[in-house]
Amino acid sequence: MAQGIVCEADINTWRSEKLDMGLIEFTAAVLLSSVVAGLLGALTGLGGGVVIVPALALLFHVDIRYAIGASLVSVIATSSGAAVSYVREGFSNVRIGMFLEVATTLGALVGAYLTTRISTHAIGIVFGIVLLFSALSSFRQKQGDAPRRQDALAERLKLSGDYPTASGRETYTAQHVPAGFGIMFVAGTLSGLLGIGSGAVKVLAMDQAMKLPFKVSTTTSNFMIGVTAAASAGIYLGRGYIAPGLAAPVMLGVLAGSLAGARMLVKMRVPVLRLVFAVVIAALGVEMIYSGATGRL
Amino acid sequence: MASEADLNMELSISRMLRAGVSLAAIVVFVGWVLYLLQAHGVKPDYRHFHGIPIPASQFAPVFHGVRQLDSRSIIRLGILLLIATPIMRVAFCVFSFAAQKDRIYVVVSLIVLTVLLYSFFRP
Repeated sequence: MAQGIVCEADINTWRSEKLDMGLIEFTAAVLLSSVVAGLLGALTGLGGGVVIVPALALLFHVDIRYAIGASLVSVIATSSGAAVSYVREGFSNVRIGMFLEVATTLGALVGAYLTTRISTHAIGIVFGIVLLFSALSSFRQKQGDAPRRQDALAERLKLSGDYPTASGRETYTAQHVPAGFGIMFVAGTLSGLLGIGSGAVKVLAMDQAMKLPFKVSTTTSNFMIGVTAAASAGIYLGRGYIAPGLAAPVMLGVLAGSLAGARMLVKMRVPVLRLVFAVVIAALGVEMIYSGATGRL
Repeated sequence: MASEADLNMELSISRMLRAGVSLAAIVVFVGWVLYLLQAHGVKPDYRHFHGIPIPASQFAPVFHGVRQLDSRSIIRLGILLLIATPIMRVAFCVFSFAAQKDRIYVVVSLIVLTVLLYSFFRP
């Protein structure tokens, strides 16, 4: 143990007035929460990060930097692990994804830098606001087909494609490319600051601003999340935000939960679950804002 | 658009991603089991942050730790493999776009690759 290079916490037993858990109980509870977070994240399309960070911070009283570090690791795993099924369906667009990754990776660098500049209270408040936004966005109507105008920039960057629908393959071209790029930069910053995939903001950029079909937006977003997270993960690792004993159960639990969730998603429709989950997310958002504002994070 | 070449490229990418994640998950799992065995039931204090900064690109101590079967080093190795997976994906795209003679996207993916490598290897 002495040669352990990894910057984990001192070996102090942690004692709290409310909870007094040993390593095995703590690990089992974290693992279970991570599986549930991954499952819900996959079923609702919001990702596991938005659940696991507040769960670790609010329920397990983990320092938000350790929570963010562990979550970010799980985000890379789920995004990369789920890519195969999305690609096979033929929805995700590799050029649009790669072009927008310029914005998200640069944003992620800024976000990871900001984590050392702003207080954990402020991070908690920003996190809460993003949770409220994510909850709202899951109620948003999937938009119908917008009129397709020619877009010179999209043309030049080949930001177009086609995707399978009930009535054959339909073509699409991205609109409002600079606006989409700008929102993606914000999505990347939030990802690097909060250790989440920020899929809700990425989908907003593609489906609302760039007028891409909803399915193309969600699958391309998922494809991009891993690359975005990788841009801040190296920085987190270097700073000691990724505590191995915590990151391992979170990564494995969220990954297992989201793989199971993706499989269930094929078989069932989940409007009720989506509603329940949105309410839970909103409640977590309020709690994060409250905890951040009262200095308990 | 969305040609055969693009679809094939995306399929190879996604298979590569899955292989990388599977390998990383196995390594993390092995390290985690060892960690639980080595820790003697003592839970670290996660309530207060006291992470020690060690650059992500400093591999030597990780490999040293892995040889000593230090569980945290093994978990860290798994996490490094995991971070490497999307970086490999982008590197692969550079070559795929080059094979398609798509100059704009060779440049675009090189920019993304540069940002990723900078964040990982930065001093």
